[in-house]
Amino acid sequence: MNNRMSAHLHPGLNLGPAHGAAHERSETVLFGFWVFLMSDFITFGILFATYAANTGHIGLAGGPGPGDLFDLKSIGLQTGFLLASSLTCGMASLSLKYDEGASRVAQWLVVTALLGAGFLAFEVRDFASMISSGGTPMRSAWLSSLYALVGLHGLHVTMGLIWIAVMLALLAVVGLSDRVKTRLLLFALYWHFLDLLWIGIFSVVFLTGMR
Amino acid sequence: MSPWFGRLNWWVTPFSDAIANPNTNNLVAAGAAALVVVGALFTLYFLTRRHLWGRLWHDWLTTADHKKIGIMYVVLALVMMARAVIEGVIMRGQQAAVLHGGFLSADHFGELFSTHGTIMIFFVAMPLIIGLINIAVPLQIGARDVAFPVMNQVSLGLTTAGAALVMVSLVIGKFSTGGWTAYPPYTEAVFNPGVGPDYWIWAVVISGFGSMLSGINFAVTIYKLRAPGMSYMRMPLFTWTALCTAIMLIYAMPPVTVSSLMLALDRNLGFHFFTNDLGGNMMNYANIFWMFGHPEVYILVLPAYGVWSEVASTFTAKTLYGYTSLVIATMAIAVISYTVWLHHFFTMGQGNSVNIAFGIATMVIAVPTGVKVYDWMATLWRGRIRMTVPMVYLTGFFILFVIGGLSGMMLANPTIDYQVHNTLFLVAHFHNVLIPGVLFGMLAGIHYWFPKVFGFRLEERLGLWTAWLWIGGFCLTFLPLYVLGLLGMPRRMPSFSDPAYAPWVLIAGFGALVLLIAMIMLFVTLWVSARHRDRLAVPLGDPWDGRSLEWAIPAPAPEWNFAVIPRITAREAFAVEKARGDPYTRPTAYQDITLPKNTALGASICMAATLMGFALVWHIWWLAALGLGLIPGALIVRAFVRETERVIPAAEVARAHDAWLDAIARAAGVTRDAETETANRGLAAPDE
Repeated sequence: MNNRMSAHLHPGLNLGPAHGAAHERSETVLFGFWVFLMSDFITFGILFATYAANTGHIGLAGGPGPGDLFDLKSIGLQTGFLLASSLTCGMASLSLKYDEGASRVAQWLVVTALLGAGFLAFEVRDFASMISSGGTPMRSAWLSSLYALVGLHGLHVTMGLIWIAVMLALLAVVGLSDRVKTRLLLFALYWHFLDLLWIGIFSVVFLTGMR
Repeated sequence: MSPWFGRLNWWVTPFSDAIANPNTNNLVAAGAAALVVVGALFTLYFLTRRHLWGRLWHDWLTTADHKKIGIMYVVLALVMMARAVIEGVIMRGQQAAVLHGGFLSADHFGELFSTHGTIMIFFVAMPLIIGLINIAVPLQIGARDVAFPVMNQVSLGLTTAGAALVMVSLVIGKFSTGGWTAYPPYTEAVFNPGVGPDYWIWAVVISGFGSMLSGINFAVTIYKLRAPGMSYMRMPLFTWTALCTAIMLIYAMPPVTVSSLMLALDRNLGFHFFTNDLGGNMMNYANIFWMFGHPEVYILVLPAYGVWSEVASTFTAKTLYGYTSLVIATMAIAVISYTVWLHHFFTMGQGNSVNIAFGIATMVIAVPTGVKVYDWMATLWRGRIRMTVPMVYLTGFFILFVIGGLSGMMLANPTIDYQVHNTLFLVAHFHNVLIPGVLFGMLAGIHYWFPKVFGFRLEERLGLWTAWLWIGGFCLTFLPLYVLGLLGMPRRMPSFSDPAYAPWVLIAGFGALVLLIAMIMLFVTLWVSARHRDRLAVPLGDPWDGRSLEWAIPAPAPEWNFAVIPRITAREAFAVEKARGDPYTRPTAYQDITLPKNTALGASICMAATLMGFALVWHIWWLAALGLGLIPGALIVRAFVRETERVIPAAEVARAHDAWLDAIARAAGVTRDAETETANRGLAAPDE
């Protein structure tokens, strides 16, 4: 309460006192969203644990394994797309913070969306090729947990793309109102969170799998 | 499978079963379904006849006021409780009559214990605690509302959608027979191809999202919206327990959502998480489920502990004994509760060392609980005790809950658990903690805070009858189950042949009838009190000589809660002010108050989620996609609404608040002797 006008009201990038009411109002919402992300983290944590528990030969159930199915080149590309999209998302946040105007923010969001869509395209292509070589989620417990974990992340990215579309519409219709600013901060947290999850998936699923 | 109606057809109702084969079992099922249909039709008729639709919509369904949302949660819980208690009575009746043939089929009995457990946990206990937290916490911390009032509405909508699915399952199709835990592989499509487990899955998943959102809402409210000066160690104990429960909701709800969705993937898309073949492993389900399931027990009981703390100090007119130790104990329970889940399946075969570790952790969690019981007893010591209704519940809780806790200590020992696992001993144990712990706590809390939200007290005499009936009914119904468990009677049995069980089963059956009467008396108390609300009115707001902030405002609390946000200088701030002699100070200036506007978001999401859940159960894929699309659709539409707040002018606030202060200045207070009499208008006077 005594930090009302301080520059840093919540973890992560803050709008700063120059944004006045928008800065203050974002405190509670951003904090709540951090809490939500922690809850989402538990969801992923359980899927990670399930995946890890199913990597043995019982979980593979005689079906195709990581060596038969993973295409590390494609995974590397996906990683590149997603990490680059985090950078452009950060640029959108900076444009917001330093008042470069709604259209600059929108431009960075469009670039972020394109990179995210690139990630998804390669992910879907990988899923399709895995399925065509017999790696369906119905084949074994390992594949079930693989599709659940990676698929849930992909679903999050898809929702992120829809979110970007809504934000672009809001920027066009409403402009940079206080509430839109808060929503942009929320979106940025969400998008970086997906990056963090992907680094976990990249390490635990793909790198460990190809060892 | 029809593309338009999925698995749905005219022959899935209990009515068609009853017509085709009118035996007692089918008639009971059809009667229950008829009751739901008639109840729904009557409600529609009543609302139309009395022209209440507009008021229902404007004052309730679209409101974002935390007090009204809390009330709706409690109403939902009471409606669902009526069904689940009746189911319990029918099950006890079946067992009491089984040596003479019984009247239910095994499948029907399986449905009954599955719905009974699912409803009692997810749609009675959860809405009760979430409702009570909604009502009390913002008032206790000096806030105008919760942190996210509209999300609060969405939470209620999702919980209601889950409850609606369980109610629909009574009329269309059949509910799961897999118990409230829905263990695979029994609930997998191979063994249970019907709609039952799907009803369970979608009811739990949809309401689980709502509960998780409630957790976020309460945690953020308590972290961010406390009135100036209210440091953590000045918060009332109920708020502390609400904070712990909120944190646990945030972290414990995702596991059950995930395990249920994995089961749904197994059932609908042929995945192999928990199947018997291709690497599936049901032990993983048990693990994930109880990662939710055990914290859940403490999610439910901690707010009840909070109520006991408030009740014990208020109705003894004493400062709560051992505040700091109670806070530490609450937090300790919240943390340790995440380390004991495995005691739910000691017999699954994970080996001695693992079992011992979890057995010890389970025994450790009894220590903070013991600390609490001693603290409450010390609070009573030499207090100005009034045996009001909440105090009667507290007395019942003290004795009975300790018995339940001690039987839990027995079960915490894996060696003993192996002997009584899956017997009625376990059923006796968890009813023994959940009824005297959670249910009595919530009933005491309702009695305690009822005047704050409705403006009138509940009938004391009827309330006492209700309390004693609950206590007596509990003892008669559940204490015999300990004996039956030790005699070796398994739980969930639709029939048995050992006459040694008969006397105990008969006593339990009689006890169930007493519990049914207790529940009816609860409704009678509410009804009669509402009819006599003028005589019971306490508009001045402080009927029990309360100690925390919520009693320093009018009853019913105005929609803005506090005319001026108070500054807190001490723990039990209101009691301190009264002791000092300067409560009800007139504010020097009022300001405009901003509150959220009404919105149909929660109601829309409730409708969409209900449709989606129903469609997923019956494989009506187009409708499922529609329902699923409507939810983000509603959120997106909401994002474009610009005017979401309304302003109440300072003059209006001043008028209301000054009128109330004037009424206080004119009124004569009552001492604690007259607390339950008509003279009690909500202004407390010190005892002579």
